[in-house]
Amino acid sequence: MSETLGDLALEVRSKNAGPFWTTLELFMRDEAGYAAAADENFLNEDVVARLYGAPAEQVRFFRIPALNVVKISFPRIVPQGGFRDRDVHSGQHHVPLAALVPPAAGTRDAATG
Amino acid sequence: MNDTSVRILVPSGMLGAGFPPETIERGVALGADAIAVDGGSTDSGPHYLGSATPKTTRAQVEHDLRILLTAASGARIPLIVGSCGTSGTDAGVDWVADITRDVLASEGLDLTVAAIYAEQTASSLVEDLRAGAVHPLPPAGALEAATLESCTHIVAMMGHEPIEAALRGGADVVLAGRATDTAVAAAVPLMRGMPAGPSWHAAKIVECGGQCTTDPRGGGVLATIDHDGFTIEPLDPAVSCTPTSVAAHMLYETADPFRMREPAGTIDVTEATYRALDDRIVRVEGSRFEPAPQYTVKLEGARISGYETMSFTAIRDPHILADIEDWAALLHRILGEWVSRTLRLDPDEYAVDIRLYGHNAVLQDRDPATGPAREVGVMLLVHASDQATATAIAKVANPLMLHLPTADMAYLPSTAFPFSPAETERGAAYEFVLNHVVDTDDPTAPFRTEYRKATADV
Repeated sequence: MSETLGDLALEVRSKNAGPFWTTLELFMRDEAGYAAAADENFLNEDVVARLYGAPAEQVRFFRIPALNVVKISFPRIVPQGGFRDRDVHSGQHHVPLAALVPPAAGTRDAATG
Repeated sequence: MNDTSVRILVPSGMLGAGFPPETIERGVALGADAIAVDGGSTDSGPHYLGSATPKTTRAQVEHDLRILLTAASGARIPLIVGSCGTSGTDAGVDWVADITRDVLASEGLDLTVAAIYAEQTASSLVEDLRAGAVHPLPPAGALEAATLESCTHIVAMMGHEPIEAALRGGADVVLAGRATDTAVAAAVPLMRGMPAGPSWHAAKIVECGGQCTTDPRGGGVLATIDHDGFTIEPLDPAVSCTPTSVAAHMLYETADPFRMREPAGTIDVTEATYRALDDRIVRVEGSRFEPAPQYTVKLEGARISGYETMSFTAIRDPHILADIEDWAALLHRILGEWVSRTLRLDPDEYAVDIRLYGHNAVLQDRDPATGPAREVGVMLLVHASDQATATAIAKVANPLMLHLPTADMAYLPSTAFPFSPAETERGAAYEFVLNHVVDTDDPTAPFRTEYRKATADV
């Protein structure tokens, strides 16, 4: 069974950042997990655009090795609390991200090395 | 005054959220120079700004204020509350001021209260707009005057300057309308000569109280700001701050965890270092504040988008659940036909949102895993230009929600409604429409301050 980003993380969470942005954070367990999440060939603006329907050019990535954290922010499709907003606090939007399966470490090393 | 350090006690992330009373005693004993707490934010959605009503109940706010006012009075230190009444409208400030007056009277405390109002009129902002002084923030576009005029309430987020002015004007208690989350905690350190970098960064770290600790339920924190940096310490001796818990708080509810705009400039923590002084106190150095060439205040505005009525039923029959998306699509289509025939409304005169809770209501097409659910809650949300129309549409939908079969069923099922009547009127629905800043040369000019002497002289 392949490990998901969620399996490799202490916590994956999502939250509104003001009325017009959603932000996601991957708190990875260790450096290996961080390396998987921070791999730009695996997780990048285009992947987030596909997962969440946000314009790729407005997706913002913050890779923070000191904390083993990858943080991703993107504009909300529907402003907070407007008609058709089904998650006022963007609190459940981490699930598609957490379900991603990174390539196995050996494959990743082979690809980059 | 040449202070070497300034200590700010933050009891919790929001006035009314509650805290262990002994944590306030401890913060005062540790030498707090001021108590600062947020009264709200936009976090709970546009209703509270649009309707100018608080999300907390009066008893919650009164409970917290009684403890904080008593502690501040006893220690002769100021109490600063920002974004009063959840959204920081004028009504929100008056609401907290009214509760404050009652508490001061019943406790026999004689404190001067400053109320700072942050609401803006559309007409003055339209003048600013025409003068080219209003600018969009991403992802917003250019602003139309009509958008400003459509808002039921518009607030500007004050920086620390109006709060500092009120303290210099003799206030013991400052009840501020909409303020930046950080301004309430930064005001006293800045006023007493602490450098901007550590003052603003510390204020950002403590804005959610104990969120920057290893146990956010344990109460608030004390920030000690000095000329070289700041330290953070939980008010509960059993709770810790660690370099990770403090640094990680910069991630919370921020789009950019390294740079944050305030009215006067930008907090930049890219070079900040987080170091454990012991097992529960963290030292932060290297925070910077870059002054901006133009002082700006951010605007928040909400308006009524329409009126909503909700209906809700539940389905357990596996036969319908196996085909739930087609069933919902059929419901939507037939409802449109019936509304057209009975109410003579075109599709562009109303909107319906059918949400399948238990199937994919939360994430819809973005859900990574959907299988047949054991049961599904079907929420029908109707949005129309007036309440009666929204409710009429929901009533037209009722027999469909109760008895609609799937295409291959030869009989009429009955679904499980949890309530009678089926419809719930949600009243006015609000939406946030402003994400803009306005240039302001005088940081106090957009705000109005009133002083109220407490009980003893009245």
